[in-house]
Amino acid sequence: MATSAPGGKAAVSNTYQKARTWLLLPSWLVLGSLSLIPVILMLVYSFLTKEFRGGVIWDFSLSAYDQFFFDRGLFGDEPPTIDWTYISIFWRSFWQAGVATLLSLAIGFPTAYFIATRPVRTRAIWVFLITIPYWVNLLIRTVSMKFLLRDQGPLNEALIAIGLIDSPLQIVNTNLAVQLGLFYSYLPFMVLPIYAAVERYDFSLSEAAADLYASKWVTLRRILLPVVKPGVIAGCILVFVPSLGSFLAPDLLGGAKNYMIGSLIEEQFKGNAGNWPFGAAASMILLTIVLIILIVFAQQQSRHEQARV
Amino acid sequence: MQGQENAIDVRDAVKRYGSFTALKEISLSIRDNEFFTLLGPSGCGKTTLLRMIAGFEDVSEGSIQLFGEEIENLPPNRRPINTVFQNYALFPHLTVLDNVAFGLEMKGSSKSEARDKAGQMLELVQLSDFSSRKPAQLSGGQQQRVALARALAPQPKVLLLDEPLSALDLKLRKAMQLELKHLQRETGITFIFVTHDQEEALTMSDRIAVMSSGELQQLGSPRDIYETPRNVFVADFIGDTNLLDVRVDTIKDGQAICYLEGGHELHCNEVAGINPGAKVHLCLRPERTYISERPIERESLQGKVIENIFIGTDISTIINLLEGPSFTVRTSNSDRASKGIFEPGTDVFINLEPGAARLLLD
Repeated sequence: MATSAPGGKAAVSNTYQKARTWLLLPSWLVLGSLSLIPVILMLVYSFLTKEFRGGVIWDFSLSAYDQFFFDRGLFGDEPPTIDWTYISIFWRSFWQAGVATLLSLAIGFPTAYFIATRPVRTRAIWVFLITIPYWVNLLIRTVSMKFLLRDQGPLNEALIAIGLIDSPLQIVNTNLAVQLGLFYSYLPFMVLPIYAAVERYDFSLSEAAADLYASKWVTLRRILLPVVKPGVIAGCILVFVPSLGSFLAPDLLGGAKNYMIGSLIEEQFKGNAGNWPFGAAASMILLTIVLIILIVFAQQQSRHEQARV
Repeated sequence: MQGQENAIDVRDAVKRYGSFTALKEISLSIRDNEFFTLLGPSGCGKTTLLRMIAGFEDVSEGSIQLFGEEIENLPPNRRPINTVFQNYALFPHLTVLDNVAFGLEMKGSSKSEARDKAGQMLELVQLSDFSSRKPAQLSGGQQQRVALARALAPQPKVLLLDEPLSALDLKLRKAMQLELKHLQRETGITFIFVTHDQEEALTMSDRIAVMSSGELQQLGSPRDIYETPRNVFVADFIGDTNLLDVRVDTIKDGQAICYLEGGHELHCNEVAGINPGAKVHLCLRPERTYISERPIERESLQGKVIENIFIGTDISTIINLLEGPSFTVRTSNSDRASKGIFEPGTDVFINLEPGAARLLLD
């Protein structure tokens, strides 16, 4: 008699376990086929030998990674020295993506704050307005950006008209153009998570801070920002990661000098000049770095969450 | 002069939101060291007035003075007034200790000094063991005490409390009422307490301002307000009462002779502004009347018992006056033995204690 109860309980939890497995299956299938398998394929390809007209030969080789990090001379017979070509492209990409993220944060935070502090009924309209430009294809938006920024474009003409400058500023084909392009491409990914966080923020906390002699600036820095931090971090990741791998903005706005990782990888898989194992290796290196960054953020976040419970 | 000085003077304060007037020319003075309560139903303007004193709402017209100095144009962070918020508004990312230390630090104390003082405050509210926890790890009652400690720590000149007990269960609320009262005595800080709970107001306050629809209805000690309500609203809002429609017949020697529906005659004290022929209300507290088989007091009303309701310490007896309205009499259970209990259907007399009946202005 005493054993009947635990037995029943085990049976229930067993059924529950089975149901859970079945219910989770679709997500596992989607994750597996769309995310895990492609990554494994890339990993495998990065360790193969290149076929000269694109594609791979199924022979194990480290040459893709070797080519990324080391220079062995024109004929490959000199002692290896560190090759900064690709490393510097990576470094520039991180820099560009970082600046674009900071720009998005600088514009996105006040925007999100503004929307979240409007009356409830008008907030949806503001969010809608933010997303409208993003109904247009990214390629077209990036090309339009080029028209806006070029020597005879509206920006330069306006600056000349108000007498701020005498001759057009060279913006296209500079780092700044790429940063502006990336910033504009991914701004909503910054605005929306911050908006969600600020909307949940209890403004009586700000009142309490003011009541306890804190100025507006101190209230922002010591109360509002720490409380909405998860939203800010989410926004930064959502802008930084796609910026890093982007190739449209650097290709169209940056010119040859402002090459980024996205373009480098893209070219390895395009036409006959490509090198699939090298493209795969570059992708894996990028993936690893991004993963490390995300893990660090996630750990901080969970520490933050733990502290709040 | 010390002790005679007013902590807060509100003069002709008006608050408008667009075309809606939330406060209509309120004037009141709150004394130093006083436990003062703003009492009224929701939407009466009590919270608006409190928020104006705190500085969260602008004053549309009029002025607010703190110990004789105009403060209505100062932002909240420059007023030496602190608030205990209804939802406590504790900073979720800071520990209990840092929450309490926040105001001290903002006022210019060093971090360690602020924490020392905050620790002392937590001792005062018996939460020393919880200083390193986050607010979400505390119960409602504990959060309430943290909010109190945080608001008291910078030693404000006036402490505002916006319905701070409304989220607590009855037993905890009763305990906190006493604790608040003690804290007020110990610290000597002027407390301004907002509530819609008349019992809470009566228990805790030195003086009460009863408000409704943006106006001050009556200001006085709990006893004044309970025993001599100034108008129908106050009589009805504070405690249980029998409100009866009466017609004033004649007034002679300070006595008004009134008639109830059904022809019952009553004598009560004259009230300025009520003239013969006026149709007004009369207020009679249920506990200031008692039942008997024969009339005992000079003033009594005849009726029939309808129902007895047991309410713990007391019994409420509902009586229909002959051809008149219904009436409630309250008898304490300890008096029951001497005064007896009257079963439904019994014909009885309701005896009024001298001075119990009061005529009211609308």
